[in-house]
Amino acid sequence: MPSDQTRRERIDRGIKARTDDVFAVSSWRNILYLTLPRAVAIIALLSFPLLRIFVGAYWQNVLLITLAVSLTALSWNLLSSVGLVSLGQALFYGAGAYTTGYISQHLGLSPFLTIPLGTVGGAAICTLLLYPVLRLRGIYFALVTFAMPLLFIRVIDATKILGGAEGMTGLPALPSGAPELYALIAVTLGVAYGLQRLMDSDYGLVLQAIKDNDRSVIASGINIQWMKAQAVFMAALPATFAGTFVTHHYQFAGISTLGLENSILPLTAVIVGGAGPSAGALVGAFLLVPLSEALRAFGTLRVVVYSVVLVVFVVGLPEGIFHFAKRKYQQFERRVDLE
Amino acid sequence: MPKEPILEIAGITKHFGGITAVDGLDLEVQPGEAVGIIGPNGSGKSTLVNLITGFIRADDGRVIFKGKNITRTPAHKIASNGIARSFQMARPFGTLPAYKNLIVPLSSPRVARRRSGRYGDRDEMAVHLLEDVGFERESQIPYKSAAELPHGYLKRLELGRCLAMDPEVMILDELFSGMSMSEVAGALPILEQLRDDGITLIMVEHRLRELFRVVDKVIVLDFGRKIAEGSPEEVMKEPEVKEAYLGAEAEEHA
Repeated sequence: MPSDQTRRERIDRGIKARTDDVFAVSSWRNILYLTLPRAVAIIALLSFPLLRIFVGAYWQNVLLITLAVSLTALSWNLLSSVGLVSLGQALFYGAGAYTTGYISQHLGLSPFLTIPLGTVGGAAICTLLLYPVLRLRGIYFALVTFAMPLLFIRVIDATKILGGAEGMTGLPALPSGAPELYALIAVTLGVAYGLQRLMDSDYGLVLQAIKDNDRSVIASGINIQWMKAQAVFMAALPATFAGTFVTHHYQFAGISTLGLENSILPLTAVIVGGAGPSAGALVGAFLLVPLSEALRAFGTLRVVVYSVVLVVFVVGLPEGIFHFAKRKYQQFERRVDLE
Repeated sequence: MPKEPILEIAGITKHFGGITAVDGLDLEVQPGEAVGIIGPNGSGKSTLVNLITGFIRADDGRVIFKGKNITRTPAHKIASNGIARSFQMARPFGTLPAYKNLIVPLSSPRVARRRSGRYGDRDEMAVHLLEDVGFERESQIPYKSAAELPHGYLKRLELGRCLAMDPEVMILDELFSGMSMSEVAGALPILEQLRDDGITLIMVEHRLRELFRVVDKVIVLDFGRKIAEGSPEEVMKEPEVKEAYLGAEAEEHA
């Protein structure tokens, strides 16, 4: 019983050694303890496309969207590690969609070429667009990113370029079903792992340092403008890839790809899941997207539920689910008597 | 034959609104010289440091480093060319462990070019540098998050960051402020060693007695103008300095 005479004590489970990321693994039980959470998640993910008869095509499509949002959330996560808060992930997503759409329509290339071209081309376009505003900090950068995709919606709508309000239809499709899903799963896991490694490297450390204290990074003889540009390009890649992939999945690219939802959903996923590690962004996306699909019946009320989720998390669990769960998993609590 | 000055500042001027922070200042620093910059609060010392290092842009005048005009050079390039600086208010990377703070300068193009090293070697180099500035490895302090460090350690971390740059000129903006007596006593031999190694030192400082142990030449600023220049003994005899500097000090303590 909790009383005035006891206090709660948190104790690290004995397996994780005190130094960073060095594990003293001594038994199968310990190995399982360390690898099981990741293994369960990956196995579940890999088996999902094979369960079409049980889960149905609809939920497999939800998985595809979830993975696309995961990639865009990972992109947001990288930008925020450098101190760039993006409210306009749709810019990247839309740039990928439009670039691949434009290339396939005008050059008639197969998706296997237009997806890489659209990914890299879209990311390059976004980097060029954002380069002039990289010296803006905090809210100013956020506002510019927020405005940019909305600006392009108006431009495309008004000038009827790139298919105008109707968008580009009849684009070539990807081989549907399991291969398509596996390709996307592989890319998502690869990006999640790659970004984690990147942030642990010395190069990633410099990126994080820019967020902490940009003037000290300048005084260390590093061109932060250039570093930020590299970060924007790298962060754009997964999001533009998601845009190109979904474009060929739906065989359509239109102004909806630049819509507000594509900016807010990835951001919310990272906040709910936990900023920093890649797993946080994935956890958030895998909770939010299926939830938002399940709530589709509520129509526009969905947004209300959605906003409530966001508020609850920002207030109640600002660290995010991943950090919370990780702490619970690595520590146990007990009550001890006060001396 | 006089040597070519490593740093030459001519007529440098900076206005902030209606205030002239630095007013047509001239200064020549010879290679290997240790120069102190003193003066009352608000006399333009930190502005001068920011002007030399490119953190703020001069309205007029020029800065020549090794015969090259660097007045309009971006700050990171100036640092890369060999002018390291510390900040008056320590600016650590708070989310990183102390030693990881030094990974940033150690990964900079300048240092990566000069020190060969493979991935992971930098960690060891960083801890060594921290030991040089008085972080005790046994105490685990190098591994602590920089946000948790006491102020004196943060100032020494600033010094460590400058050392990591392997600079030719080191500009220390009030390194001693906020340090305890024993911390200053620990830092002095490092500075003397640097001076003896031929590193050009420019120190902005309020703690004169300690400063005079390191520097050969002092310039005194007041209202953005140089009012005296010479050896510490000479300068402190100048009546104008006594009035401007010590007068202001006395007022401050009143």
